[in-house]
Amino acid sequence: MRGITGSKLLVKALKEENVEYIFGYPGGYATDIFDELYKQDHTQLILPRHEQGLIHAADGYARSTGKVGVCLVTSGPGATNLVTGISTANYDSVPLVCFTGQVPLHLMGNDAFQEVDIVGICRNICKYAVTVRNREDLGRIIKEAFYIASTGRPGPVLIDLPQNVMKEIGPSEYPDSVNIRSYKPNYSAHVGQLKKAIRMLEKAKRPLFMVGGGVHISGAEEAFGKLAATTGVPVVTTIMGKGVLDADDPQLVGCMGMHGCYAANKAVSECDLLFSIGTRFNDRITGKLYEFAPKAQIIHIDIDTASISRNVTVHVPIVADAKEAIDKLNEYVKPIECESWKERIAQWDKEYPLGMNVNNEITPQNILDGVNRNFDEGIIVTDVGQHQMWTTQFLKLSPRKKLLTSGGLGTMGFGLPAAIGAQFGNPDKPVICICGDGGFQMTEQELAVAVAWELPITICIMNNASLGMVRQMQKLFYGKRYSGTCLNMHKSCLGNCGACECPPYIPDFQKLAAAYDIPSVKVTSAAEIDEAFVKAKAETKRPFLIEFIIDKENLVLPMVRGGDALEDMILEC
Amino acid sequence: MKNEMKKRWISLYVENQVGVLAKISGLFSGKNYNIHSLTVGTTEDPTISRMTIGVISNDEVFEQIKKQLNRCIEVIKVIDFTTIPTHMKEVLFVRVNKLDYRGKDELFHIANVFGARITDYSKDSALVESCQTESKNNDLIGLLRDTYKDIEVVRGGNVAIESIFMSDR
Repeated sequence: MRGITGSKLLVKALKEENVEYIFGYPGGYATDIFDELYKQDHTQLILPRHEQGLIHAADGYARSTGKVGVCLVTSGPGATNLVTGISTANYDSVPLVCFTGQVPLHLMGNDAFQEVDIVGICRNICKYAVTVRNREDLGRIIKEAFYIASTGRPGPVLIDLPQNVMKEIGPSEYPDSVNIRSYKPNYSAHVGQLKKAIRMLEKAKRPLFMVGGGVHISGAEEAFGKLAATTGVPVVTTIMGKGVLDADDPQLVGCMGMHGCYAANKAVSECDLLFSIGTRFNDRITGKLYEFAPKAQIIHIDIDTASISRNVTVHVPIVADAKEAIDKLNEYVKPIECESWKERIAQWDKEYPLGMNVNNEITPQNILDGVNRNFDEGIIVTDVGQHQMWTTQFLKLSPRKKLLTSGGLGTMGFGLPAAIGAQFGNPDKPVICICGDGGFQMTEQELAVAVAWELPITICIMNNASLGMVRQMQKLFYGKRYSGTCLNMHKSCLGNCGACECPPYIPDFQKLAAAYDIPSVKVTSAAEIDEAFVKAKAETKRPFLIEFIIDKENLVLPMVRGGDALEDMILEC
Repeated sequence: MKNEMKKRWISLYVENQVGVLAKISGLFSGKNYNIHSLTVGTTEDPTISRMTIGVISNDEVFEQIKKQLNRCIEVIKVIDFTTIPTHMKEVLFVRVNKLDYRGKDELFHIANVFGARITDYSKDSALVESCQTESKNNDLIGLLRDTYKDIEVVRGGNVAIESIFMSDR
């Protein structure tokens, strides 16, 4: 039996794991691996322009396909540039396997050139991180990494690859099975607990389903649709759970949480049974903990034991995969009588429906209405900020439309690269990237990748020349002292703000697009919105950039101030 | 009292690998858990290490700690030692300096009563070695601190194992 190098085994593993794309950026200690990638054609190497863009692309690919996203970078700066992306994926339970080059074992600890203890840095922000210290372990570790990343509550796994291990000749076998004694995720639900939950559901007068991203991750959308339809119980979602029901489904109340709609937050505050599935009860969801769902018994299904009763005390915990649990529930549930409760929710919705003043001027809402009108299928990817919240409020999803957004970590700069990854994974679907002018500039260098790979992404920039989400807080809570949130600010503004005309916006996004050979249009009135989307859709081999000029005074409302109770929504100002 | 802050014990089986100790201790600092003592050593199976961890927390946080430990890939088993019968001991060294003749004499008496030993000795200092429960060691340190001017203390942290028939902690 002839041995092979570690690098060869890694590339063999990629084939065995059916990795179609590897998002990689080379460097000194990864060059051996890149050399092996050059010699094969089962896994396509995608070269981004920055490692942060690389990992968000792998993330977008993984979120949109359900497959594992694979990254390969060099040691030192290559590895540290992954950190934000690893943390992003960790929060939102995205399966990634990240390979990092490393200095040879004998140099580790010497502060060698481009040496960094990336496993130490990432230990607390990933599902698992490990340095391969023996060539014989390499195959097993890679196999385990793919398994750990994609099972249980998915998450990022980092494998650090010292150069000498990758050069060393060793076993050529890639294992076909995994047995990790300390990691046995549980999928099946405890039927006794499920029945208890159903009994509570049947007794409840004001029951409510609260659905998070876990339902998407486990692919339980259809099963949940059935559960909701059978029981007739109203449904609120977190932003990660958005899209679990068709936007037109009458049982869907809307998104809840910090920028959730009035009716959804009211429903959570007033319900007597909160049946939650696949959510972490993060602080943006609950608001002030002690006043969260104060009248409700809480049932919680989650695959992660540690998510249960962590923030909110749960009365019936069910540790299980969402799909398995919902499928089981579907065997037992009956229609639940709660008409008057539904009417109350409908009443709240009538009282304060979501909406902005729609006039001829361009508003975020009519931009998103434009997306709704012009795309009946596709993947919508957002960045982070006001535009993201508007998207969660006004975008209408259906089984053919999916939303990808950085929910847990709230990573600016996520949007464009994640859209690129999503388009790689879904070449036949339209991908629409919605960004703010701030976040877009954090990773705009990735435009080159979209052009080079002929990705027809529709890139929408909502340009309000400011970091709108923070500006909104400054406007509401900090006496309009706009510290560090004006992206128009030039040196000449010092001491003159408001007294003279604002300087021109930098960069000119139209010229920027032109520099990348990307067609673009600037939209300044509502009447031009549809035309812009039609033009974007006509591009099939390159991206199209639409810059929407919006007023910086637009606010995301309703809003629950951080630390306030969900019921204390700011509805207008 | 449900939310009482009190001392609790965990016995943890982990993979004996580089970085696992850092992972576990990092979990405590990262999640803001109050670690009191942590000991670690290998077991009869060289691929497994066993940790004895003392934490001060209320019920809710303690539940969270156990869950968070359980979800670490490297953790094989988490056992709550707070209420089950165990044997639990801690190694303690106290070096007593600037001893006069009477002080030395007294030290032997103290060691004798506390079941400790004097294991090193010179003209004016002596080393007390004690392998006792944590509270006995606390008492011994308290007495030595009161009795002598110059003491140096090193404690090893608790190690614990499930009882067979008797409990000692």
